[in-house]
Amino acid sequence: MNAVIGWLRQRLPGPRWLVIGVPFLWMLLFFAVPFAIALKISFSQALIAMPPYSPIVEWNDTALTLKLSFNNYLYLIRDNVYVSAYLSSLGIAVVSTAICLLIGYPMAYAIARMSPANRNICLMLVILPSWTSFLIRIYAWVGILKNNGLINNMLMGIGLIDEPLQILHTPLAVYVGIVYAYLPFMILPLYANLVKLDHRLLEAAYDLGAKPWQAFIKITLPLSRAGIIAGSMLVLIPVVGEFVIPEMLGGPDTLMIGKVLWGEFFNNRDWPVASAVAIVMLALLLIPIMIFHHHQSKELESKLS
Amino acid sequence: MSKGNSKLSLTLLAIGFVFLYAPILSLIIYSFNESRLVTVWAGFSLKWYGELFADSQIMSAAWVSIQIAFMTASLAVVLGTMAGLVMTRMRRFPGKTLFGGLITAPLVMPEVIIGLSILLLFVSLGDVIGIGSRRGMTTILIAHVTFCMAYVTVVVSSRLSEMDRSLEEAAMDLGANRVKVFFVITLPIIAPALISGWLLAFTLSLDDLVIASFVSGPSSTTLPMKVFSSVRLGVSPKINALATLMILVVSIGAVVAWWLMSRDEKRRQRDMQMALQKGD
Repeated sequence: MNAVIGWLRQRLPGPRWLVIGVPFLWMLLFFAVPFAIALKISFSQALIAMPPYSPIVEWNDTALTLKLSFNNYLYLIRDNVYVSAYLSSLGIAVVSTAICLLIGYPMAYAIARMSPANRNICLMLVILPSWTSFLIRIYAWVGILKNNGLINNMLMGIGLIDEPLQILHTPLAVYVGIVYAYLPFMILPLYANLVKLDHRLLEAAYDLGAKPWQAFIKITLPLSRAGIIAGSMLVLIPVVGEFVIPEMLGGPDTLMIGKVLWGEFFNNRDWPVASAVAIVMLALLLIPIMIFHHHQSKELESKLS
Repeated sequence: MSKGNSKLSLTLLAIGFVFLYAPILSLIIYSFNESRLVTVWAGFSLKWYGELFADSQIMSAAWVSIQIAFMTASLAVVLGTMAGLVMTRMRRFPGKTLFGGLITAPLVMPEVIIGLSILLLFVSLGDVIGIGSRRGMTTILIAHVTFCMAYVTVVVSSRLSEMDRSLEEAAMDLGANRVKVFFVITLPIIAPALISGWLLAFTLSLDDLVIASFVSGPSSTTLPMKVFSSVRLGVSPKINALATLMILVVSIGAVVAWWLMSRDEKRRQRDMQMALQKGD
């Protein structure tokens, strides 16, 4: 009897494999496999049917044929809209990441230098807005930026302008929305990094005659590199595919690839082209995502050892 | 980091907070405005709250969203805790790098990519086992768990990696097996992280527009989908009233969570000091 139980114990997956297996299978099935399917569908052709794409593997009598169509990718290259949408998304993402860094760094720096009690309050103040609805916070900017909104009313009230400024539905509004929505994601990793900074290094630099800005450039900035990378990736990567902000705050000429993908899928119902758009976006973001992942796992390892 | 801030850095911080909170404040103020226009203040009124509660479409969408968020958070905490244990407590196994990649990628992956590809999975599965044709709450739930789990894993792993492992080791030395050690020792210690992970997953799910739009069926409209379609038609004070209520709920939740965690932190520090004193 004991031998049977022992044999079963060896054969059946133990708790260790259950703990690994359940989340692993979940993520494989619902996160990794979908990309493979999107890749497959990006090689098929749009049909007016349900599902609205042609199968790429077909049985003809006795032969199995594989029909790969590169038309969707050729279409992406030939039509200028896609190339310029990718480029302008990357551009908007890079510029708004830089602005987030410029605003977020001084904030994270100031919070890290506070007493622990004040630190916690300020951190909560940073996190709190990102816990309230993203959509609603972007909607708040519509009321502020539109032609008869708060800013224009204020400027006209003090007599600075006679005609309302067109701010909503311009690139400026998109930048404001992105920086607003993503700023906490820049501040938090920067703070986590800056708060660990050993102040004795700075004191040593001052003792040796360094001016505050020299100490900042030579010590604080290089030591906070990990926080800068983590924060920048947390902003840059999702902003490239952002849909809600350009849709609500941008104008018809605000070209972002997330909006294009949405349009291909929901308005044109062209699933194969939408898949191709997604696959190319994923390929562009692969290197930033790998940098982010590498950084995250290094962080975790340094904590564990 | 040394203490003390210059006036300049405190001013910059204050401006940053004004930037973060001014839009939220303007939403709240105009939810009490009698007039439909943002241009004029026509006096205090609660009529938009009345209209909000009378809008049965918004109310039923809110109910759908709350149900999905509740189930998402609960499932994501279970799966995310398992994944956190794998990341922090398990020795290397073949595929651990892939596992780590699958866990961190959803944190940054653009939502349109996640939404489109998981929809394509459901449609393809529909050809095989026939669930794709009935898209609705279940498909939204699966998609939400998939991306919320990553956030829970980050919160739980960071707690697991910071916690003192000598208690776990002591219990193991006294003969408890790993399963028992987890439920008796580890779980109570990481409980605050599980609560904040649950709350985080709940708000993320409640807030998601893009992924839900891809995978939802005609019968299941979530609150963000409803808000998005009404906001497209223009600013409506009814949405301001809804926003104010959501901000209120989230703020209360955040303050309670913060209070629980700081209480836990204080108690832990006291216990540690007492243990150290005994050691002397």
